[in-house]
Amino acid sequence: MATEKYQYVGHAMRKKDSMQLLLGKPVYTDDIVPRDALVVKLLRSPHASALVEEIDTSIALKVPGVVAVYTWKDVPRTRFAIAGQTYPEPSPYDRLILDRQLRFVGDPVAIIAAETEKAAAKAMRLVKVKYKLLPAILDMHDAKDNPVLVHPEEDWYPPCPVGGDNKRNLVASDVESDGDVEKVLADCDVVIDHTYHTKAFQQAMMETFRTYAEMDRYGRLHVISSTQIVFHCRRILSRALGIPKSRIRVEKPRIGGGFGAKQTAVCEVYPAFVTLKTGRPAELIYTREESQIAGSPRHEMEIRVRLGASSDGRIRALDLYTLSNTGAYGEHGPTTVGLSGHKSIPLYTGSLEAFRFSYDVVYTNLQPAGAYRGYGATQGIFAVESAVNELAERLGIDPTVLRDRCMVRQGMTMPAYYNEPASACALDRCMAHCREMFDWEHRYPVRDMGNGKVRAAGVAMAMQGSAISGVDVGSATVKLAEDGTYNLIIGAADMGTGCDTILAQMAAECLDCPVENIAVFGADTDVSPYDSGSYASSTTYVTGKAVEKACTELKGQICRIAADLLGCAPEDALFEGDHVRCGTDGRTVSMEEVAYKSQAGNTHAAESTATHSSPVSPPPFMVGMAEIELDKLTGEVKLLNYMAVVDCGIPVNPALARIQAEGGIVQGIGMTLTENVTYDHRGRPVEASFMQYKIPTRLDMGHLKVEFENSYEPTGPFGAKSIGEIVINTPAPAIAHAIYRATGVWHRELPITPEAIAMSRPEENA
Amino acid sequence: MEIKLKLNGKAVAGSVEADTPLIDFLRQKGCYSVKCGCDTSNCGLCTVFLDDVPVLSCSVLAARADGHAVTTLEGLQEEAADFVGFIADQGADQCGFCNPGFVMNTIALLRENPDPTDDEIRAYLAGNLCRCSGYEGQLRGIRAYLDSRKGKGAQNGN
Amino acid sequence: MMTIQNYVRPQTLEQAYELLSKNRRNRAVAGMLWLRLTGGSIQTAVDLCDLGLDTMEETDDAFVIGAMTPLRKLELAPGFAAYTGGAAARALGDIVGVQFRNLATVGGSVFGRFGFSDVLTLLLALDTEVELYGAGRMPLAEFAELPQTTRDLLVRIYVKKTPGNVAYRAVRIARTDFPVLTCAASRLDGKVRLCVGARPGKAMVLDLTEAAAGGLTPDTVKSLAEEAAKQILTGSNSRGSAAYRSHLVRVLAERTLSQVGGFGNGD
Repeated sequence: MATEKYQYVGHAMRKKDSMQLLLGKPVYTDDIVPRDALVVKLLRSPHASALVEEIDTSIALKVPGVVAVYTWKDVPRTRFAIAGQTYPEPSPYDRLILDRQLRFVGDPVAIIAAETEKAAAKAMRLVKVKYKLLPAILDMHDAKDNPVLVHPEEDWYPPCPVGGDNKRNLVASDVESDGDVEKVLADCDVVIDHTYHTKAFQQAMMETFRTYAEMDRYGRLHVISSTQIVFHCRRILSRALGIPKSRIRVEKPRIGGGFGAKQTAVCEVYPAFVTLKTGRPAELIYTREESQIAGSPRHEMEIRVRLGASSDGRIRALDLYTLSNTGAYGEHGPTTVGLSGHKSIPLYTGSLEAFRFSYDVVYTNLQPAGAYRGYGATQGIFAVESAVNELAERLGIDPTVLRDRCMVRQGMTMPAYYNEPASACALDRCMAHCREMFDWEHRYPVRDMGNGKVRAAGVAMAMQGSAISGVDVGSATVKLAEDGTYNLIIGAADMGTGCDTILAQMAAECLDCPVENIAVFGADTDVSPYDSGSYASSTTYVTGKAVEKACTELKGQICRIAADLLGCAPEDALFEGDHVRCGTDGRTVSMEEVAYKSQAGNTHAAESTATHSSPVSPPPFMVGMAEIELDKLTGEVKLLNYMAVVDCGIPVNPALARIQAEGGIVQGIGMTLTENVTYDHRGRPVEASFMQYKIPTRLDMGHLKVEFENSYEPTGPFGAKSIGEIVINTPAPAIAHAIYRATGVWHRELPITPEAIAMSRPEENA
Repeated sequence: MEIKLKLNGKAVAGSVEADTPLIDFLRQKGCYSVKCGCDTSNCGLCTVFLDDVPVLSCSVLAARADGHAVTTLEGLQEEAADFVGFIADQGADQCGFCNPGFVMNTIALLRENPDPTDDEIRAYLAGNLCRCSGYEGQLRGIRAYLDSRKGKGAQNGN
Repeated sequence: MMTIQNYVRPQTLEQAYELLSKNRRNRAVAGMLWLRLTGGSIQTAVDLCDLGLDTMEETDDAFVIGAMTPLRKLELAPGFAAYTGGAAARALGDIVGVQFRNLATVGGSVFGRFGFSDVLTLLLALDTEVELYGAGRMPLAEFAELPQTTRDLLVRIYVKKTPGNVAYRAVRIARTDFPVLTCAASRLDGKVRLCVGARPGKAMVLDLTEAAAGGLTPDTVKSLAEEAAKQILTGSNSRGSAAYRSHLVRVLAERTLSQVGGFGNGD
């Protein structure tokens, strides 16, 4: 294995913050901010579509302890996007801090700032609002070209041309293709043509959205937020509040989970606005209900797949049309949809002759969607992998064997993936490995267990990317400290993933020192070098490479300083971990001596900052297999085993990579079986709490087993690709497949509830 | 109203309102390990001991604790340190936000049942939600700790 | 969120009853779950925790369960587990989590008469009586039909050890979620009962003694289950439709009655 030559990379080790976290130390936003901050609360719209006709705050303001109540009249009139994306953002500028027009149940109507939570809650009830109800669009099928407009405003602005038109309720629209898909489809022996539906599933990270703001000692706005994107956040706040970036500092402490939710500045503007207006520290903590109804969930998508194949199971053509529901605002709308095709179609590069991928992204009067692990790939892979399983079952070919014939393999160029090469691809080995580990041969056949219980299995493949090619930027600063230890400063955000540790492992590898000698700090816009942030499976791959570069540069600087001490030519000074050696005469100076020298009469910086971006986004690959026991009478599905093999290049920290995979798989199980998203007839979310929105407990997920098949990605640090997102993609199609095997019914909508299973009959699919 | 209780072994007095939940009181007293995750008694993040019984501090009135003993993770650092390293070895701490509640309830489990089976562990901890880890790593960690305690040798990392 | 003006901990039942009778906005406090969800305002929260009602004891002919007994205690009580043949653990073990069940009380579950209640479903299938302060004892089935008034003070629950057996099953979408349907069947001293809850309305009891007079056989159980599915009224909510629930009534009735009849394991 390629990792064996490394001392730290490729080795499991504890996260640097693990004991702090496990012993409950105060490290999260609400643990570290002053107790006397103003409590910020948002009065939210009870209507899916309405206009604030009149709003009277006078009584609310009389509540003792209430400091301010702001309405749409008080906020700047500049529209902005809260999606954490690189400028110019593909997401439209369609938001105001408070808008007179309310576009979903939960859209903020007023901001209340008070000394106590009770006072704020009381004031909230006393803000008098007269709403003018407007017609609402509650079904994404009705949105496009509906005369009812979610965003009729003239100042709606798309910074990027993505095919959107607010006068058509359209956020983005496009079509792309390679080859003549209709011609190939017409020539195919079999065409599978079905539509698959996935809902606006919630990240449901344990720490809800929260932000604290204060004026710092220089009179600047200092924001501490649970965010994955400190730099984007600063830019968003600057535009929304109308103040220069030099007056804003954004930092993140430890984050209680993100999964993409915190790649959107969901709540930052409100306390920041309060602090700017009042000059006082202010904190806003979303309740779980607010996180559920006004967060940034997955985009609901409906994907029609037309899959053409030969009778021997060669997938020849794929035609996808995705209808994506961005909800009331367009965050991540134009980009998530792309992954539904770009991260599903290329899986079949091995046999595909033609493809077409088209989409529309529409506004509705429902909760705005955002970024959730998998980011559109999850939806696309559920559709395409289900269609492939349907093909295999129809042809009577083992679905793993069928995939062997069609899958993308090392060295292929992927036309449906921007013509990028699969330079590191162990998907074939993942399949072989998983088949053996899972004992596919024995678990795939349906087994009747008596009393209506049936055991069955299903399979799916997945891919994702590693960062956004040509866009994402990662940077790292490495500094030498007096005793020869180092500081690693990053702008990426460890949200529990362990990237602080992973990046430190890379630095330790480069600098030939123990990982304990690398102190990591991130992320703070005043201190960290620029980083797009932690999203799009980018941190290990892009920021990791920046760490590698920064360390190489720092070693050069160290050698220059050491050369002064040794009195040798800089090119003769050799960096050897805890010392530098003069290559010509063998004399050495310790790293501590070099470090002290760097602080006395020295002109070479004992630090280095490097930046990286990648022109490609190498996909990780994965195969997942599910075994279930299904009760045909009640429709209950008991997941027995979920096994997966992942190719993430070289896993930098195998323990953390495995946990990423296991955590992602269980989230995937949740969206397949237990998590539902429904609205009442007025557009109110039903699953507005953990009492109704059921993420899996440890009794709902069976046994997990994850192993790896390594490949070596030449453009990644130490051969690494990504793992953060891909891991959520296989459970839905694999479990849906197993349910088909057990019942003879294909379920093409998630979640697949016991009722849907018990009340459907195979004939429906004939 | 004034309440008096034993918090992590020390006598503590404080002024609360009749409807103050225990979690708010505890955080006011500096027990920041106690986290709120759901508001609906579903997540287990706010688990503390009330007279040594694990309960949800979001669902207990602070007034109920008057005259009783409350223990948070701040008061059980040594007992926790005994086994949490095994969770860390798995990387199963992840974001950490659910960890204090999970660690508290694991302590309760092991006090009640020092040698639980995997199924007993799952059942006892079912009320502790975790969105990051997928639970399996937490189980491996606890199992590795139990094995090490039995002298079977630590199998953490596997 | 609910607001509470005052909090008191009466030391006697008399005091508690007096406080509850005094003001309609005074409210008994037991398990305290879902505090943050309850709207409205309470004048005085009357906490029953000091009344010594958190214990259960087993006498020769009954389990006497103090109203403040936590669900977890009931779940772990060996005598009750033995008497119910494991049905108690089935009915209680999936309720949210251990910490929740350490707070939630048997009395609170019974008093609330919640539609989704596993506890009520099980207890209605047993020979259960409740004791109200002042009003004395009455069958649980009778109490369950009474309108809820805040003045009632539930003191104890008596589960008589009538010889026989009981089976319990529920269907849940996620293991610790509210049930889609709950079902308990019992044959106690010859009396056959089927109790179905989470319809989603409050649990309903069918007396099948007469219909099962010829004994519980696979055939009679099948027809009893069919009949139950017709008689038990079901409705729709986010967890299931009326049609699915009626289907489940049939399935769970057949399974639980089969177990009670001694020829099925309940699954």
